[in-house]
Amino acid sequence: MSLSTVEVVSTEAPAETPGVGGIEGRSPLRLVLARLRTDRVALASIGVLVLIVLLALGAPLISAITGHSPTVTNVDNGTDANGQPLPPGTGGFLLGTDNLGRDILVRIAYGARISLLVGVLATAIATVVGVVVGLFAGYFGGWLDSILARLMDVVLSFPYVLFAIVLVSVFGASLPLVILVIAFFSFAAIGRIVRGQALSQREKEYVEAAHSLGAGNLRIMFVDILPNLVAPVIVLATLLIPAAIIFEATLSFLGLGVGPPTASWGNMLSDAEGVGFQAWWFYIFPMLFLLATTLAFNLLGDAVRDALDPRTERIFAGRRKKKKPA
Amino acid sequence: MLDVVPSPAPAAGGEHLLRAEGIVKHFPIKEGIFFKHQVGSVKAVDGVSLEVRRGETLGLVGETGCGKSTLARCIMRLFPLTAGHLTFDGADLSTLSRSQMRPYRRGMQMIFQDPYGSLNSRRRVGSIIGDPLAIHNIAKGAERKKMVQGFMEVVGLNPEHYNRFPAEFSGGQRQRIGVARALALRPKLIVCDEPVSALDVSIQAQIINLLEDLQGEFGLTYLFIAHNLSVVQHVSDRVAVMYLGKIVEVAEVKDLYGTPRHPYTNALLSASVVADPDKARSRDRIILTGDVPSPINPPSGCRFHTRCPKAQAICSTEEPILKSGAGDSASHLAACHFPVADGEKIASGKATILHAVEGFLAEAPK
Amino acid sequence: MTLLAVDNLTVSFPTADGIVQAVRGLSFSVEPGKTLGVVGESGSGKSVSALTMLGLNPGADISGSAVFNDRNLLTMSQRELRSIRGADIAMIFQDPLSSLHPHFRVGWQIAEAIRAHTDMDKNAALNQAVELLRLVNIPQPERRVRAYPHEMSGGMRQRVMIAMALALKPKLLIADEPTTALDATVQAQLMELLIQMQREVGMAMIVITHDLGVIASIADEVLVMYAGRASERADARTIFFSPHHPYTRGLLGSVPSATGVTGGRLVPIVGSPPSLINVPTGCGFHPRCPFAMEACIDDQPPLESIPAGADHSSACWLPPELTGVGVATDTARQRYAGTYRGPRSSKLPGVRAAASEAAVYA
Repeated sequence: MSLSTVEVVSTEAPAETPGVGGIEGRSPLRLVLARLRTDRVALASIGVLVLIVLLALGAPLISAITGHSPTVTNVDNGTDANGQPLPPGTGGFLLGTDNLGRDILVRIAYGARISLLVGVLATAIATVVGVVVGLFAGYFGGWLDSILARLMDVVLSFPYVLFAIVLVSVFGASLPLVILVIAFFSFAAIGRIVRGQALSQREKEYVEAAHSLGAGNLRIMFVDILPNLVAPVIVLATLLIPAAIIFEATLSFLGLGVGPPTASWGNMLSDAEGVGFQAWWFYIFPMLFLLATTLAFNLLGDAVRDALDPRTERIFAGRRKKKKPA
Repeated sequence: MLDVVPSPAPAAGGEHLLRAEGIVKHFPIKEGIFFKHQVGSVKAVDGVSLEVRRGETLGLVGETGCGKSTLARCIMRLFPLTAGHLTFDGADLSTLSRSQMRPYRRGMQMIFQDPYGSLNSRRRVGSIIGDPLAIHNIAKGAERKKMVQGFMEVVGLNPEHYNRFPAEFSGGQRQRIGVARALALRPKLIVCDEPVSALDVSIQAQIINLLEDLQGEFGLTYLFIAHNLSVVQHVSDRVAVMYLGKIVEVAEVKDLYGTPRHPYTNALLSASVVADPDKARSRDRIILTGDVPSPINPPSGCRFHTRCPKAQAICSTEEPILKSGAGDSASHLAACHFPVADGEKIASGKATILHAVEGFLAEAPK
Repeated sequence: MTLLAVDNLTVSFPTADGIVQAVRGLSFSVEPGKTLGVVGESGSGKSVSALTMLGLNPGADISGSAVFNDRNLLTMSQRELRSIRGADIAMIFQDPLSSLHPHFRVGWQIAEAIRAHTDMDKNAALNQAVELLRLVNIPQPERRVRAYPHEMSGGMRQRVMIAMALALKPKLLIADEPTTALDATVQAQLMELLIQMQREVGMAMIVITHDLGVIASIADEVLVMYAGRASERADARTIFFSPHHPYTRGLLGSVPSATGVTGGRLVPIVGSPPSLINVPTGCGFHPRCPFAMEACIDDQPPLESIPAGADHSSACWLPPELTGVGVATDTARQRYAGTYRGPRSSKLPGVRAAASEAAVYA
């Protein structure tokens, strides 16, 4: 996870032209959406993600249509005479089968569920925790900040794989544990950025104004400062999701995550170990789907960052000009 | 609808709405790698006493580093006082904690200098102006919205713009939003920290007129901080002049501008630019030598003695007290051992510049 | 004999939201040894015009001419302009902290400027820098010459800028809001310095500012700009005591210490400066003008002398007899209301029938 290299986006919404007859009534959200609509890469990424979500949601449907289960061993139907996996297109298996005769397409569909669930849920938990920790650390400063900042530094430098192995051996591999472990190791990335932003925002005059009105600390943190953090947090969260997905795949690959017979893109890859070039469909498809999903999230995250950054206005202006010839 | 906010409690504490005695605010300077220890302090406000009468506008002038902004924040109790007493409407605010201060905040509010930084750009205008009402649990939902829109109209904003963001307004309008926010709690005192300095000239006049109108309509008392002496002269009833953390002179506005007693006040007035070509060119400017000393190590005795054209030995040893001179009204106070008498001329610094110019011209041409 | 003659300067910038017409046909001239004060608020185009003349706005659409010493600055290449900048025309800016390089010592920066235009060696240039610092009244110049900009106060930094600007004894100095960021006493010192330098060196000055007090102290002639055009031009006393254009009068009415207002209520101009993308038709000031007529909406008044031949020009359809009225007081408005107030178009944004200052609708 290289989230420490993510740079912080400016928190200002793209500026409007004030004054008589200027642009009226557009909230920052609508501006951002309008900009995203012109970004073809963003639209493509969203398209890919929508497809994958549909795949995940429709997994039971696919299973019903093809008549294949994702977990039940199917050696008679699903393997050839020598017990080898069937290639794609044969015997009603669109993407082939694995060594136990299970339909790869159906398994990938169910695997998508795991990946998306873990990715989004772990990121959501990490974001909430990270924002709260970062806000408290940055806003209050002093000893609270010292403790929390050091904590986040420690978490960021931890060898997470080793730690995951320890936890799993103590508690046993399970989906909730995987989600919590991923969330625990991801929150610090968000927390650090939020802390930095909170530190700079608390010096701003509107915070002073809030003090003078009698606002309490909690109110200032969550009603005043938090909206100014939304932009970098959204970008970071969007970029954290693919990292979480990879983390889950890694854990499952090592046997520390979701265990058999449940399908996960990670353990499909580990099952494919040693197969070699014969049954290429065994590992190529899970890999492609992993790649597509994480790439789509990463590109979307970049696009969102550009859309939120007022300094990139020139790019969007150029696109708008191309669309409407003067 | 503006009467929904309960009117301020009947006046306590007599004629003076605000009384500050011996206010001191030092900011510590810390050094050290692991354990920071204090090596010195910035003496931003170093013993200021003043009173603000009900319904008046007290102007506070001074240059950068004189401590006027810090004094404003001390009065607003935005941070704890290093020392001193602060009485507002009869109540002693000197050592109150933040939560203890909260109810008193309804009586005093602040308008800030920067129309862009003092509003949260991520919140809608209605929410910004309604913030004080929300914090103090006044009105809810539609009722609150009506009140906010009422205040918007009072300050000259279109109430239909309730849901807009600050970025959609011009600088002058944003300052009006700040004024509406300060009014929402119907305070008695409004501290204006350079409210017009960041605005265009024509907009400045609009805001000044607005503040004057509101003072009449809402019975407000102002502490008006600015560095533009003409603006302060226009709006104030009394004016106080600050230098390096202390008040050097305070008087009714016509006394201060007509017969200033403190040499610094004289220098300041002679330096201020007047929009009148005849007066501007005929004026004899008092040019002060040297730079403003650092507030970390203020000069001994009278702080102004290092730059004062009238300084004598006593000025560096004994700090003068703020008192009224012979022949002046009781309200005209100056802290000076040798106040400037009527018609007295203090040295001007034109000579030094001419010297250097001659030398420059004597050099070889390009 | 005119040092600088600007004719119909137009500068526009294409942006995402439309074309910003920063300057829309500006014409003026500067005589040697005189000071021209350019007054305007934000969006008037005063800074943009100065920067454009020196070729510091390369991305803009520029038309018109700016003739300096018989050569048109607007058609020169960057190389030719570089030889003029600093040597013939010098410029100082508002915020010396951002116009001085933060990483180089102050003396080095001045010496750089000198060596760019002469063939002095490093030591000679540095000595010259010390002398220049002494000239602008910086104490202990031998020591200060080795200081970094952030180690100096605002006033001192501005003096360094002036020293750099004067190093090569330019014929024209353009000062863009030179004293805005400074305290009153420092402001006074700097203006004294500028006046003295100008008188002794014999250079012309263009002082761009929004501060009428600065104009009153330093300008011989005044050019008032609004929405990218000149609205009035005259010598300083005329502008302050007998202005013609309603905008000038509105400005004077907005300033507490200006002539004509004696401690009474200020009479500000309604509304805000216009958007430079959607500039009002005709005279750009008409949405805010208490004297606006039909003609003002339809046709842009040219900058013409009033009365014909005199050195006072105004871009306004109001007849010349209105000079000497002073500020746009209510009485003045009423006096001319019957004769001049024509029907207003209801399509004008934010215009109210009476020029009341209470409401400022967007």
